[in-house]
Amino acid sequence: MALIEFSNKGLYCPAGNFYIDPWKPVDKAVITHAHSDHARWGSQYYLCHTDTKPLLQTRLGPNNYQSINWHEPVYINGVRITLHPAGHIIGSSQIRVEYNGEVWVVSGDYKVEDDGLSTAFEPVPCHTFITESTFGLPIYHWKSQAQIFSDIQQWVLENKAAGKASVLMAYSLGKAQRLLPCLAQVTDTILVHGAVYNIHMALVNAGWQLPPVERVTPDTPKETLKGAVVIAPSSAEGSPWMRKFAPYAVGVCSGWMQVRGARRRRNADAGFALSDHADWQGLLTAVKATGAERVYATHGFQSAFSRYLTEQGIEAGEVKTEYGGEEEESPQDSMKEEND
Amino acid sequence: MRLFADLVTELGTSTKTNDKLESLITYFSSATDKDKVWVIALFSDRRPRRAVNATQLATWCVELSGLPFWLFEESYHTVGDLAETIALLLPEATITDEAGAKPLHYYVEKLIALEKESEEIKRNFIITAWQEMNTAERFVFNKLITGGFRIGVSQKLMVNALAKTVGITPSIIAHHISGNWDPTQINFEDLISNENLAADLSKPYPFYLAYAIEDDVKVLGEPKDWQAEWKWDGIRGQIIKRSGELYVWSRGEELMTDKFPEYHSLQNNLPDGLVLDGEIIPSIDGKPLPFALLQTRIGRKNVTKKQLQEAPIAFFAYDLLEYNGEDWRTKTLEERRSKLEEVLAAANHPALLLSPVIDFNNWEELATIRSTSRDSGAEGIMLKRKASTYQVGRKRGDWWKWKIDPLTIDAVMVYAQKGAGRRSNLYTDYTFAVRDGDQLITFTKAYSGLTDKEFAQVDAFVKRNSIEKFGPVRTVKPELVFEIAFEGIAASARHKSGVALRFPRISRWRHDKPASEINTLDDLKGMLEVYGK
Repeated sequence: MALIEFSNKGLYCPAGNFYIDPWKPVDKAVITHAHSDHARWGSQYYLCHTDTKPLLQTRLGPNNYQSINWHEPVYINGVRITLHPAGHIIGSSQIRVEYNGEVWVVSGDYKVEDDGLSTAFEPVPCHTFITESTFGLPIYHWKSQAQIFSDIQQWVLENKAAGKASVLMAYSLGKAQRLLPCLAQVTDTILVHGAVYNIHMALVNAGWQLPPVERVTPDTPKETLKGAVVIAPSSAEGSPWMRKFAPYAVGVCSGWMQVRGARRRRNADAGFALSDHADWQGLLTAVKATGAERVYATHGFQSAFSRYLTEQGIEAGEVKTEYGGEEEESPQDSMKEEND
Repeated sequence: MRLFADLVTELGTSTKTNDKLESLITYFSSATDKDKVWVIALFSDRRPRRAVNATQLATWCVELSGLPFWLFEESYHTVGDLAETIALLLPEATITDEAGAKPLHYYVEKLIALEKESEEIKRNFIITAWQEMNTAERFVFNKLITGGFRIGVSQKLMVNALAKTVGITPSIIAHHISGNWDPTQINFEDLISNENLAADLSKPYPFYLAYAIEDDVKVLGEPKDWQAEWKWDGIRGQIIKRSGELYVWSRGEELMTDKFPEYHSLQNNLPDGLVLDGEIIPSIDGKPLPFALLQTRIGRKNVTKKQLQEAPIAFFAYDLLEYNGEDWRTKTLEERRSKLEEVLAAANHPALLLSPVIDFNNWEELATIRSTSRDSGAEGIMLKRKASTYQVGRKRGDWWKWKIDPLTIDAVMVYAQKGAGRRSNLYTDYTFAVRDGDQLITFTKAYSGLTDKEFAQVDAFVKRNSIEKFGPVRTVKPELVFEIAFEGIAASARHKSGVALRFPRISRWRHDKPASEINTLDDLKGMLEVYGK
């Protein structure tokens, strides 16, 4: 019996009788992070990181939540569970599962570059590593965060000079917060969409110190909208809501913007390959740092990534999951966030 | 190179035609004359001959990046563009700012000179160039080699930008840059100025193109003001006779004189200083044959005797643009038509036919005639205002095409492959099958006709329901049913189904239909009987 099995409800630990990021309601769910494709509604019990809890409460409402800190062990039916920073978004955790001396780690989503918010990714030694592979092709090679921020700032200033508003499309949980310090350096006021605002306030109420934002409402004065700097989720793209900023330029912040075709498809004026996922090199570094003898690649380019690992002498397989499809960083344009 | 790379980046990202126009004007106002000539050439499909091939580029990229070849291929299928894949996979530049400073023509000329060199010299040049360039520069450099700058710039847009930059009207510019000219020989002044025009005898006129009629045809007004003709399904072309020489141009601005020996004796029958506009179509005894027959001939370097017998080509002429060396485009269609009929009668040549005018008294009558188009080997009707001049490019108002409804068949999707360009990393290229007993028989591919949203939905379906993977192709659970529209059907020995379709595309997603109710191979064969002969 494997320590973790791939069931039709999600990753399942039979020894502990719990699921990790299940996509169907279960009795016990251990959650890597608060994005909607990993944290789903309907389970009886949720175990997550302390920073994830207020986000789950905002998104899923009141439930039976238990939260723990990094490295603080919890035992379920004798299976030892600890959480370790994944560096993806605030609270995002890798889940280390240990039983009878065998250790598995489920990465959830992660990136290896420290974004200053999410707590830096920690390599966790294990026998088996279940890794995401969203950007598991060598064409995905990120510029440094500092470089991308400087590109974004320059773009905002160019728009300002041309009398245009800058609307940055970014996932309301994660990317939006990451953009704030960058934007605060080039504008006095950062306007945000309601979806971004709700997450922002949940974090502020949980004690996070973030640069201030202003919610766009029907009462926001025209002078404030003109030439403004705005953060909105991709669901706002092309909606009537956007028109109030006219004239404006749209900049999409997503790892998919690495490829021209994806930029053209989004019909964006600018694409910034700013991602909360590891790039190809990041994935390889992470996998090697775990020292794992076996690797399973999930959601993304799992087949190419696992084949490459196999050729590098690491036993690897691919696993189909239901992650990624509804998240912002999916290659489709149909992805929708929360409906607020 | 930086200036050109910036231009391509801007053109690739700007979403408004006006912004693109501005980018081009800025470029044409600041680039060197030599570079301008090359940009005009590149954006009008006049790229230099390929000095190195795709396999060589891929091999060197794999060498430099240290990746296995299969991973290069995976990447390529996801990006959908060879030049871009390579630009993304190469390790970061070792020498910077070197390439940016060099002008575009430096690299183009180097690439041209490279054609005759050894593989080793080619390799060294390409690798050194890559190492000097940033990603954007590598991309345009690779594009110079692989060709096809499809970056959302129409020839019309480029012509408008040039016109604004140099202060000459767009139609004159369009004429200047059409036809046969060599970017290595010509300078910018000569290309744009009028003197150059007289020197090139082969130069065709820019084609006047029609929009499809969207409203009720009655909005066009009085039937007597309009000339109706059959809309042929061939290759639009111009036949030019000047100073004793004959030239045949296609609308794609390709000189095709040698491909059609049938026309050669026209040199003796036509008067000098003459340009005719019409359709290149296979035809026997004045009756047009299916386009598929023409396809057996184009693309071949040498035409065989057998092909000449099986697919003889005629020219169905419907307009006259130049007569006696004089530009007739500003005269009315009525005047041009009457001269055209006179010229053709005098030429009396079996391969030069007059595209007939259709008599009609009212729109209802014409609608009835239109419904018989397929019987005449036509795909609908052209309507041209009798008082109209011959204009440049696609314009509304005086010329309209009124096509018949396409043929349709319901089919199920069985294979999917990722697309290119703005469909990169999305499954958008599909193969469809009809039913034959308990089997599914593939019969066509189709790439267009769905909205972006629908493509995203199908993409998600493919990712969740793929059965097997063969290289870039995935076999998919046969579940999604689509109506496929097409313009014509012909027998084909190359396809398992025995038929080949003309212009297949998806006309709608049949959410209402299960795969068990799609059309059958017999249905297709029935259509072949009726429309394919």
